[in-house]
Amino acid sequence: MGGSEPARERDTLKQKTPPMSKNFAKRQVLPGFGITMGYTVTYLSLIVLVPLATLFLKSAGLGVADFWKAVSSPRVVASYKLTFGASLVAATINAVFGFVVAWTLVRYKFPGKRIIDAMIDLPFALPTAVSGIALTAVYSSHGWFGQYLEPLGIKVAYTPIGITLALVFIGLPFVVRTLQPALADLERESEEAAASLGANRFQTFTRVILPTILPALLTGFALSLARAIGEYGSVVFISGNMPMRTEITSLLIISKLEQYDTAGAAAISVVMLIASFGLLLSINLLQHLAGRRYQGAH
Amino acid sequence: MNASTSNPSTLAVTLESPESWQVAGPQLRTATEESIWVRWLLVGSTLTFLTLVLFVPLAAIFAEALRKGWAAYFASFNNPNFWSAVKLSFLATGISVPANLIFGVAASWAIAKFDFRGKSLLITLIDLPFAVSPVVSGLIYVLLFGMTGWMGPWLSSHNIQIIFAVPGIVLATIFVTFPFVARELIPLMQEQGSEEEQAAVSLGANGWQTFFRVTLPNVKWALLYGVILSTARAMGEFGAVSVVSGHIRGKTNTLPLHIEVLYNEYNFVAAFAVASLLTLLALVTLVMKTTLEWRIQRDLEEAGKSE
Repeated sequence: MGGSEPARERDTLKQKTPPMSKNFAKRQVLPGFGITMGYTVTYLSLIVLVPLATLFLKSAGLGVADFWKAVSSPRVVASYKLTFGASLVAATINAVFGFVVAWTLVRYKFPGKRIIDAMIDLPFALPTAVSGIALTAVYSSHGWFGQYLEPLGIKVAYTPIGITLALVFIGLPFVVRTLQPALADLERESEEAAASLGANRFQTFTRVILPTILPALLTGFALSLARAIGEYGSVVFISGNMPMRTEITSLLIISKLEQYDTAGAAAISVVMLIASFGLLLSINLLQHLAGRRYQGAH
Repeated sequence: MNASTSNPSTLAVTLESPESWQVAGPQLRTATEESIWVRWLLVGSTLTFLTLVLFVPLAAIFAEALRKGWAAYFASFNNPNFWSAVKLSFLATGISVPANLIFGVAASWAIAKFDFRGKSLLITLIDLPFAVSPVVSGLIYVLLFGMTGWMGPWLSSHNIQIIFAVPGIVLATIFVTFPFVARELIPLMQEQGSEEEQAAVSLGANGWQTFFRVTLPNVKWALLYGVILSTARAMGEFGAVSVVSGHIRGKTNTLPLHIEVLYNEYNFVAAFAVASLLTLLALVTLVMKTTLEWRIQRDLEEAGKSE
């Protein structure tokens, strides 16, 4: 790695990155660009890029017809419907309740607030398998809540409701943590202006507050959705895993793999990856728009 | 967990005492505040929702683990498969966290201290593993190193096993914790700029001295934050590791996989006992994370002020 002598470091930097040092003469005084950049790109390629490329190449090896057959068989389509449907419902629930939670945490004072605020990140910190068995224990027919819900005709565990519940659990922090800074940045002056112009609290909320925080709310919604689509650990225990009914796409990939259908597993994975990349892209776009709006306000 | 504050009915009593509110009642309400009833409704919904979704499942882990008493609880740990799972989880975490720490430091140095074309593309690519679902994260290594994978025949002819063995588990763990340290360090170091480092170098410090005496003290909390988050994820990763592990008992089961085996065998007390250990780890993680957050906030604000 070297670096014992600044002059030598600078020399290696010059040798390795001639166009950079020409363009950015001011910055070149710091050593280590060549080695850190080289290491970054190599490590990134070996761990992330090459393995991900393998996935696309493997499914491309199927050919168009077989690829289409692998990603559109009835069992696979049923799993998409379940996964995307439950994820959409869960992200919507999180958008609504996540907003209420973020609002109360930012605006109000109540006992235990700081602990509750810290606990919002529990789904991040808790291993997904642990969340999965905990939710199943509470909501199965013998569980604390399940035993009262079952006589009412509400079966949670081993149904799409249970899957949605697990996805609400793991997606909640995304909405709350995206909304909290946006709500804290809201300018009281604009609310005061709205009120002084005769708006009631509800009008101020729908016409002043909501439009301002909408990008953050949508970002939180999309992040929660993206996480839910790929989720596995917290769902498998509560879902029951019945093909065509409660089998999520992640689980289907595993069962394809267990049947030595690696190309089929790769093909379905590509569909999922494209879905989450698409979501990621729209999140970046949203944040870009929100950033512009934020800068415009100052 | 904290039953007194999470229970809406006890809260309702405290809500009536004016000192717990910024403004006591409807008659003192300003135009930019909601009526007391709306507040009650919102605080009540927050607590009910979090109780149903977060707090009760959390409590259930400990209740299920202790269902048959402390003796049965501790007996769950008296099992060679448990200890081999502990060892494997520590091994995978012990390799992946330092590996990603070194990567995170290198990447943030290159990205934050120098200008080059394609920087935002590089940042996006570093974040990529977060967009890949856990099962797919494991699958890509099976496609590369598995028996039917590209390097599979070559590996098996040289007697090297990666999939269904420890190296695969380590690789999958590295993948899922890949961006944690880098994404904490990059924005902070970009905000801090490189004036201090340039001053150190012009005063004769070499690269390592500059890094350890100038850069590291400025970013130590963010670095620790990234390490804590990646440790929690590495210890708890399930989906990715599940795909590459092969579930060989006593050999390729990490702690979360061990929980799954126990649970599927209807050995609920043992499953929840092991889960309770990982839950305690998660709670410790949350405490450290919360403490670190305000320190990082302070570092960021100081960096913002100096500019």
